[in-house]
Amino acid sequence: MRSLFRFLLRNYFLMMFLALEAISLVLIVSFNNYQRVTFFNSSNDLTGTVYEKFSTMEDYFSLGRTNARLAAENSSLRKQLYMMKMNQENYPVNPADTIEAPAYFFTSARVISNSVNKPYNYISLNKGSRQGIKPDMGIICAGGVVGVITNVSPNYSTGLSLLNKRLSIPAKINKNNYFGSLVWDGEHFNTADLKEIPFHIIVNVGDTVVTSGFSSVFPEGIMIGTIKNFDVESGTNFYNIKVELSTNFKTLKYVEVVQNTKQTELMKLESNNITE
Amino acid sequence: MIKDFGKYAIMFVALVLIQVLILNNIQFSGFVNPYIYILFILLLPFTIPGYFLLGLCFFLGISVDIFNNTPGIHAGATVFLGFMRPGIARLITSREFIEKGNTPNLTQLGFAGFLKYTVLSVIVHHLFLFFAEAFSFGDFLHTLLRYLLSCIFSIVIILASQFIIFKN
Repeated sequence: MRSLFRFLLRNYFLMMFLALEAISLVLIVSFNNYQRVTFFNSSNDLTGTVYEKFSTMEDYFSLGRTNARLAAENSSLRKQLYMMKMNQENYPVNPADTIEAPAYFFTSARVISNSVNKPYNYISLNKGSRQGIKPDMGIICAGGVVGVITNVSPNYSTGLSLLNKRLSIPAKINKNNYFGSLVWDGEHFNTADLKEIPFHIIVNVGDTVVTSGFSSVFPEGIMIGTIKNFDVESGTNFYNIKVELSTNFKTLKYVEVVQNTKQTELMKLESNNITE
Repeated sequence: MIKDFGKYAIMFVALVLIQVLILNNIQFSGFVNPYIYILFILLLPFTIPGYFLLGLCFFLGISVDIFNNTPGIHAGATVFLGFMRPGIARLITSREFIEKGNTPNLTQLGFAGFLKYTVLSVIVHHLFLFFAEAFSFGDFLHTLLRYLLSCIFSIVIILASQFIIFKN
């Protein structure tokens, strides 16, 4: 026993190195494989505050660009409103029924940290549980789909960006409603792969890809991107489709968090199918 | 000694903030990310006791990890660098220099010495870093390319920062 201690003491540098590496390895294996991290992520208040302080300062440099984007979004919304009004005048429908409450609510938030160059990218927002943000809510922006919330603290939240290979989003081709799932290819921040589209249907370069609405996270028809190119891998029945994402992840600043008020109801109903 | 403590504490905070707030946002061509926070470890005196060196390495790594959502990866890489540092020191300088306890910076080591020191340290640190990241996603050639390009950028930025500080 004494000689063991003496051995340990003589080689304490090596022993300490091995111990610290073991701790690191445990951290790598146990935390990086799961997103449900509670402490070691940027939704905790210390890192959240640092990121937010820096991001408010940085905002001043992009005011012009942000303004232009907001103006563009305003004009497109105004156009939609006008079209809707015109439709209602032409084909009057019954006044809105209050039982049919809208299923989706939107909360605007600011991106306080974001990355595009890692194999698994995460995004942090400046709103948290106090503002009604909960895990599993979708994140969208004027350009299209951004990601999904995974962790919330009272004032901040973090989530998987679409540029994270662990996230797959139910998507469909807008013109013919064939659905598949969209996963990031891990290569470039503006392309992703659309999978499970059978090769007997006709697709064209430039076709719009939108969310299918099959998950309760995103409403149907939110823009994801357009088809950049496609081919059929030999021996499979599915297309290999590359989608050019419509969201510019490099300049992402303001986003909206989607809350589906009927999510729990739907999930409960769907879980019945699994248990039976 | 007390004065040095204050100097190193400021350097620690400044390097972590520069790393997570600025350098992690600089993305040359999408997949090059320079990591210069290890400059803190490089500039510690060679006479620092081993347990203190490894402890600081772990603490520095975990600080960067918390901001990056990558618990363990940077900590492991920096501890590995700390472990290799005495060996690197013996490789690039004489025993007398190590025992004098000077800060191994650009003026003390000279350009050639500091270049060798930085290159070896960055290679060791980044190797562990990118290997640990790859361990969770595969794709060897892609990782190798990221590794080599990031090494070059880290070395250039570390040397440039030292020139700015010591040039006068």
